[in-house]
Amino acid sequence: MLSPLAINEKAADSARVIDIADLSLSFTTADGPVQALSGINLAVERGQFISFIGPSGCGKTTLLRAVADLETPSAGAIRVNGMSPQEARANRAYGYVFQAPALYPWRNVERNIALPLEIMGYPKADREARVARGLDLVNLTGFGKKFPWQLSGGMQQRASIARALSFDPDLLLMDEPFGALDEIVRDKLNEQLLRLWDVTKKTVLFVTHSIPEAVFLSTRIVVMSPRPGRIHDVIECGFPRDRTLDIRETPEFLEVANRVRHGLREGHSYED
Amino acid sequence: MRIERALPVAIIVGALIAIWYVGAILMNTPLQRDFFANAGRTDYSAADLALADLNMDRPKLPAPHQIVAELDKTVLETAPTSKRSLVYHALITLQETLLGFAIGSALGIGLAILIVNLKVLEKSLMPWIVASQTIPIIALAPMIVVILNQFDITGILPKAVIAAYLSFFPVTVGMVKGLRSPDPLQLDLMRTYCATRAQTFLKLRAPASAPFFFASMKIGVAAALVGAVVAEVTKSEDGGLGARLLAGSYYGQTVQIWAALFAAAALSATLVGLIGVADRIVSRRMGFAR
Repeated sequence: MLSPLAINEKAADSARVIDIADLSLSFTTADGPVQALSGINLAVERGQFISFIGPSGCGKTTLLRAVADLETPSAGAIRVNGMSPQEARANRAYGYVFQAPALYPWRNVERNIALPLEIMGYPKADREARVARGLDLVNLTGFGKKFPWQLSGGMQQRASIARALSFDPDLLLMDEPFGALDEIVRDKLNEQLLRLWDVTKKTVLFVTHSIPEAVFLSTRIVVMSPRPGRIHDVIECGFPRDRTLDIRETPEFLEVANRVRHGLREGHSYED
Repeated sequence: MRIERALPVAIIVGALIAIWYVGAILMNTPLQRDFFANAGRTDYSAADLALADLNMDRPKLPAPHQIVAELDKTVLETAPTSKRSLVYHALITLQETLLGFAIGSALGIGLAILIVNLKVLEKSLMPWIVASQTIPIIALAPMIVVILNQFDITGILPKAVIAAYLSFFPVTVGMVKGLRSPDPLQLDLMRTYCATRAQTFLKLRAPASAPFFFASMKIGVAAALVGAVVAEVTKSEDGGLGARLLAGSYYGQTVQIWAALFAAAALSATLVGLIGVADRIVSRRMGFAR
């Protein structure tokens, strides 16, 4: 499913959360311009879990940042809930989870989760209720008074997910959130994230460079290739919503994983 | 304190005092020989000479016990209201230091906030701030006193201004660094919330600068004290530790000079120590202490 989308189609489909049309983005560096993204077309519907996978330098993080209005495209258009990324950001349309937890070390876990709520002007009682719900959602109840350095890396990243969800955005943007964690913790968090997605019905854009992670979590996998960053393939991935880690041993799972692996190999050779 | 930690400290202090005594004997011997010669004494032993070296009225280098005796006399045995009391002078210096430090740190923090928020000011203002510190304060101090006198500003304020002049600089430099210390992800996070500049400042830049703030304050308060003492040397009629230094050097009262130096050092160390305590309390509250 890789069709270019005209912006004016958006009214026809309210289920569409993200429309990306002919997006290009280049950075100016000391060595001249670098084309980070080229000719990206993508539509994401409400409730989907989309993974972006590709080697480093393929622009997957840049694409996510462009959706979040943290980078400005040089050509093409992005619509988030029918709005421009700037408007979407102003409307607090998304929660963003970074590669590092980026918790503020002088705030305890509760106050870190409450940070966006404070900025957005939620009243105190509402903040407290939302923090409690957030802690529960990521299984950190009882850790609210701890400072970030008192938590493990996995717990810190869960706290940052609770922070991103605290103001209940419909869209969750996650940039390799579990990249720095070990395999066992990552598996556990993948299962928890899947549960969370199932419960909250959010739309998730998820950047990763792990094939099993992408196949396990996603409804669709966007395989990207570098220089310039572009979409190489989009793979549908329709496992039941209540799946567990066990499905990773099924032939269906391995088949999708193989397709992703082939896609990555075609799109990129390490001799480049 | 446990003995393993106390021992090295005690050894160093002991060694410094021993070196000091040796230095005092070496430096004072020629002068003491002359005194003995003038008095017609020739039958003194080396021990007599050394003992006399360490108990002269106006030695070139006073011995530690002479300074302790002078401090005892001028701090403990003299009423703090007397002009002969070191406490009296230290309190004058303290007032000037604290007022100057308050002005200097407010100015320093204000400049840092401006510089961090307005890129143009970094290039246009910073060179002047740096240049201000290249002028020797001893040359500038009398001019500040004279100029402020023109506007009928006298008393403690001109000296506080000189103290502020020295103390704002480390505060500005430290706070610019502190307010810029948040990493890109922490700043991006604020952007995703569409936070205003004021919110980003209050909830991210300001708390992130806390460790830099206390380091700046420590340097700033010590610099303010130096400024206050220099100002008192310039304008000594109002008293203060600087005035004691000046009077001591007029009359060759080296013991008095050294006692005033020690008082100034103790005052400075106390102020820096108090900021250190505040630092520890705040760090613990903010979760920085582990």
